[in-house]
Amino acid sequence: MHFNLSDEQKLIRNAVDKFIRNDYSFDARKKVLAMDNGYSPDHWRQFAEMGWLGIPFAEDHGGLGGGIVDITLVMESFGTGMVLEPYLSAVVLAGGLVERGGSEAQKEALLPALIGGEKLLAVAYTERESRFNTADVQTRAEKKGNGYVLNGEKAVVLGAPSADVLIVSARTSGNRLDTQGISLFLVDSTAKGVSIKGMRTMDGGQAGNVTLNNVEVGSDALVGAEGAGFALLDEAVDRATVAACADAVGAMQAAMRKTVEYLKTRKQFGVPIGSFQALQHRAVDLFTAVEACRSMLLMASLKVTDPDPVERNKAVSAAKQFIGEKARLVAQQAVQMHGGIGMTEELDIGHYFRRLTQFCAMFGTTDYHLQRYADLMAAAA
Amino acid sequence: MNIDFSPEELAFQQEVRAWFAQNLPADLKRKTELGQMLNRDELVVWQRILNGKGWLVTGWPEEYGGPGWTPTQRYIFDMERARANAPIGLSMGIIMLGPVLMAYGTQEQKDFYLPRIRNCEDWWCQGYSEPGAGSDLASLKTMAVSDGDDYIVNGSKIWTTYGHWANRIFCLVRTSTEGKKQEGISFLLIDMDTPGLEVRPIISIDGEHHLNETFFTDVRVPKKNLVGKEGQGWTVAKYLLTHERTTIAGVADSKVHMANLKRMARENSANGAPLMDDPTLRQKLAKAEINLLALEYTNLRTLAATAAGKAPGPESSLLKLDGTAVQQQLSELGVELSGQYAWPWKAEGDVGPEEFSATMMRYAFTRAATIYGGSDEVQKNVIAKMVLGLNFK
Repeated sequence: MHFNLSDEQKLIRNAVDKFIRNDYSFDARKKVLAMDNGYSPDHWRQFAEMGWLGIPFAEDHGGLGGGIVDITLVMESFGTGMVLEPYLSAVVLAGGLVERGGSEAQKEALLPALIGGEKLLAVAYTERESRFNTADVQTRAEKKGNGYVLNGEKAVVLGAPSADVLIVSARTSGNRLDTQGISLFLVDSTAKGVSIKGMRTMDGGQAGNVTLNNVEVGSDALVGAEGAGFALLDEAVDRATVAACADAVGAMQAAMRKTVEYLKTRKQFGVPIGSFQALQHRAVDLFTAVEACRSMLLMASLKVTDPDPVERNKAVSAAKQFIGEKARLVAQQAVQMHGGIGMTEELDIGHYFRRLTQFCAMFGTTDYHLQRYADLMAAAA
Repeated sequence: MNIDFSPEELAFQQEVRAWFAQNLPADLKRKTELGQMLNRDELVVWQRILNGKGWLVTGWPEEYGGPGWTPTQRYIFDMERARANAPIGLSMGIIMLGPVLMAYGTQEQKDFYLPRIRNCEDWWCQGYSEPGAGSDLASLKTMAVSDGDDYIVNGSKIWTTYGHWANRIFCLVRTSTEGKKQEGISFLLIDMDTPGLEVRPIISIDGEHHLNETFFTDVRVPKKNLVGKEGQGWTVAKYLLTHERTTIAGVADSKVHMANLKRMARENSANGAPLMDDPTLRQKLAKAEINLLALEYTNLRTLAATAAGKAPGPESSLLKLDGTAVQQQLSELGVELSGQYAWPWKAEGDVGPEEFSATMMRYAFTRAATIYGGSDEVQKNVIAKMVLGLNFK
């Protein structure tokens, strides 16, 4: 047993940390925020050159053959800088899905382009009524000739506006909540019948509602076997959830550190406010929360590779529940301890608040994951 | 990065598991499983069985009769001990005083006291807190005044855990009122049968006699019973508090407690269905298990650092705070699961499921966990100053 990083992992972490320090100051980030599509193509090219876009992919397709731990290192550092580029949606979630479920031809067509920074992907699986249940799919795919016709709507799809290819979940058989009968399709975002209504998310990222109106795809668009998409999607979302947890831990760490620094410098009643025990104890609450979340992230990154989906689901839900609860605490108290200035958009702390608040609702709320964990726990003999 | 034990460690785990299965007396196992307190004689029996195998003083180096285990082996042993529902030996001599004597004791003190701790000939208690010195320990007033080759000790100590079972007490006493209050403190070993020493019981809110008040009236203590130098007592006491880090969180016992609570929720029912089917209770159990999982991994991080010979990182400062929070959360759930069987107070005979018989006492007793060994509030003061640097003097 050891939790040491390998030399390669240390290199990755140091490189991403350096990027955040040098190229992603709060002011530099503001410029990215103001860009039309909500991220910087220059940064994305830089990510490609650094090899970060290829971390989780096999070397056969130009990747680095890394694992989830490598991903969490990148994401944690991205969290400290509140990086806006669509790494989570395009590389971790969509790329991960292709890597694990795609055919050789699909991988060949998509992964080198993704790794090279030339193509962006997104997974369109949430619907107006699905909340966080990936099995709740009303979008339909009907057989037509050798291919399929897709109809339906996908809601608040992360990274959709800039995606070149969407991976859409659609029902090919079964009833609305069945896990069986869900299929995954590659859909060109410019295909006839696809329309995307873009929006910004509260952390400055991008999402879109995707309408599919008689969208025709060939049989080669099917990712995995027909009707067997749920297992692939469930695993991909679990892995993306762990990556999001890493981002949250990075953001919490940064918000906590900045708050402690503020307590040391801000004076009221003639003394630093950090000399007040009420604030000292609350600062300790944030510190202990972040450290405990780091432990939970470690747990999840080790267990998310468990071949048993129940064990994987449990580990991910435990982490998301725990880190979500603490993320809310840190976000709220970081603003509270900054006082009035914490309420302003001009200070970074409010942006950490948004980042962490969005995390709480991503890939399942804290309550959703508590319930999922509780039900799996109760079902175990 | 991996979480797996080595093949040697796994073999060790099997060896320990098999030994507990064969050597733990059934009555002690059952009492521990139910969360009941063991009496002195039962603990002595058990500790002598452990010592016969050489597994009592597991944290001691080999030169003092320890088994020479790695931190990981000690962790595994503790997990297996809890899993077997084996009692924890009383720690005052083994975990607290032993390491202090090894670090600060004279050769004569080591040669005399350490074997007696190992063989359960001596039963130690701790004399730190006083009526006027709880969390503010350094303001203690019990005085030791030099008189030739002796000190004359006057004052009183409070919260003397199992003082009524002990034959010796290690005390912090004031040998000087000059300078900083920490600098006038010394660490002294005192025989409980010395004339002038009196122990009076304090019954705690679980209705049991764990605690005492200890009074010293002109108690004569030879100066050779001083540990370390005169005035070095505060340093010695701090060393003692930081010594054992890998089991302070109580993860092993909380894991067993959690498993027992889940079993209770499956095997007992309300409205004709298992308690586990109640969604509120189920989520409370789930939340407790999730918190325990976070604690376990914090503990493993500390263990991994210790096993690699490194100083534990800042996460180790959470272990007492989060560990006791989990213990309290679990003991609360025990009461909730017990329903009306939480009310009978030390009832004799069959009034309901035996597994509920001690849940209320355990709940009441566990309230002490966030008070002893540095209260939560003191822990937070220390972390604020030492880890976060919120120190403005």
